[in-house]
Amino acid sequence: MSISPEFLWILVGSAIVTLIPRTLPLMLISRVKLPGYAAKFLKHVPLAVMTALVAQSLLTDGDAWRPPGDPGLWAFFPTLAVALLTRSLLLTVVAGVCSAALLGWLV
Amino acid sequence: MDSRTGETLSFRQGMADCVPTLLGYLSIGFAAGVIEATAGMSLLEIGLLSLFLYAGSAQFITAGMMMAGAPAASIVGTVFFVNLRHLLMSAALAPKFAAYSPLKNFLIGAQLTDETFGVAAGKLTGRERHADRWMFGLNITAQANWIVANLLGALLGGWIADPERYGLHYALPAMFIGLAAMIVTQRKEYKRDLLVIGCAVGGFALAFLWLPAHLAVMAAAVLAAIAGAVTER
Repeated sequence: MSISPEFLWILVGSAIVTLIPRTLPLMLISRVKLPGYAAKFLKHVPLAVMTALVAQSLLTDGDAWRPPGDPGLWAFFPTLAVALLTRSLLLTVVAGVCSAALLGWLV
Repeated sequence: MDSRTGETLSFRQGMADCVPTLLGYLSIGFAAGVIEATAGMSLLEIGLLSLFLYAGSAQFITAGMMMAGAPAASIVGTVFFVNLRHLLMSAALAPKFAAYSPLKNFLIGAQLTDETFGVAAGKLTGRERHADRWMFGLNITAQANWIVANLLGALLGGWIADPERYGLHYALPAMFIGLAAMIVTQRKEYKRDLLVIGCAVGGFALAFLWLPAHLAVMAAAVLAAIAGAVTER
């Protein structure tokens, strides 16, 4: 149980550079009335971010593209189907994990 | 804030709404703990990293770069770029917390992650009473689970072989799929949302040709949100 000085620098530095983008917009935008176009833009951020994250996790692995036969790509379809049918986040996660495991065994 | 039309939320409700994210966090946090221990971090250091950095991909990258012997400054610089996407999410949540003090907004933002953002963006309209308590319930549950998962990974990592075999690596993408689907089915603006989805996927694929994945995510999200905004009247 110890903390190395090098680690302490990394910890403090990375915590600060992460904290700023996390907190600054919440603290500042809450103070002012947003112009219409900014509000319209922000309305679409959640779907845009979630979809981009889906694309990242399904299409890429680290710095490389995933091969087309990757089970993760195919598990997308049953997962999406369960999400649309049940509208339950928990069941969607369960369906995703089960179909990925099943496809992993089959492929 | 209109208290007549708003639902009243609670800390406990926030904890309950966190449950669907727990499996995804647990498996990713566990994997992060394994890598952090392999990179030579002590249990105390892993706990502190999960407490103060609290970011999945950034913790993987920190551990990987430490293992490769990278200097502290280049690790911090990389973490900054990986976590820059929080700017967008923090800005998108801000109107829902406009009624609260800067300190409260600071505390809410400090625990912002992809998943808690997704849950909050789907749940909050800005008209609820006690959205702050709900958010703290969500955030604190998520981070407690994250810290436990990291420590478990560091302690037990050697004994559990290949979590991919059980499909656990898919908990996270499945949650993003679920969160995106909830947004689309809730607001029922299918045409515009399909455009946003198309721009986000196409934008990501295009940006990934030139940019590392974390920056491609941000570029694609900005492009897609602009496309959504310009088609609004």
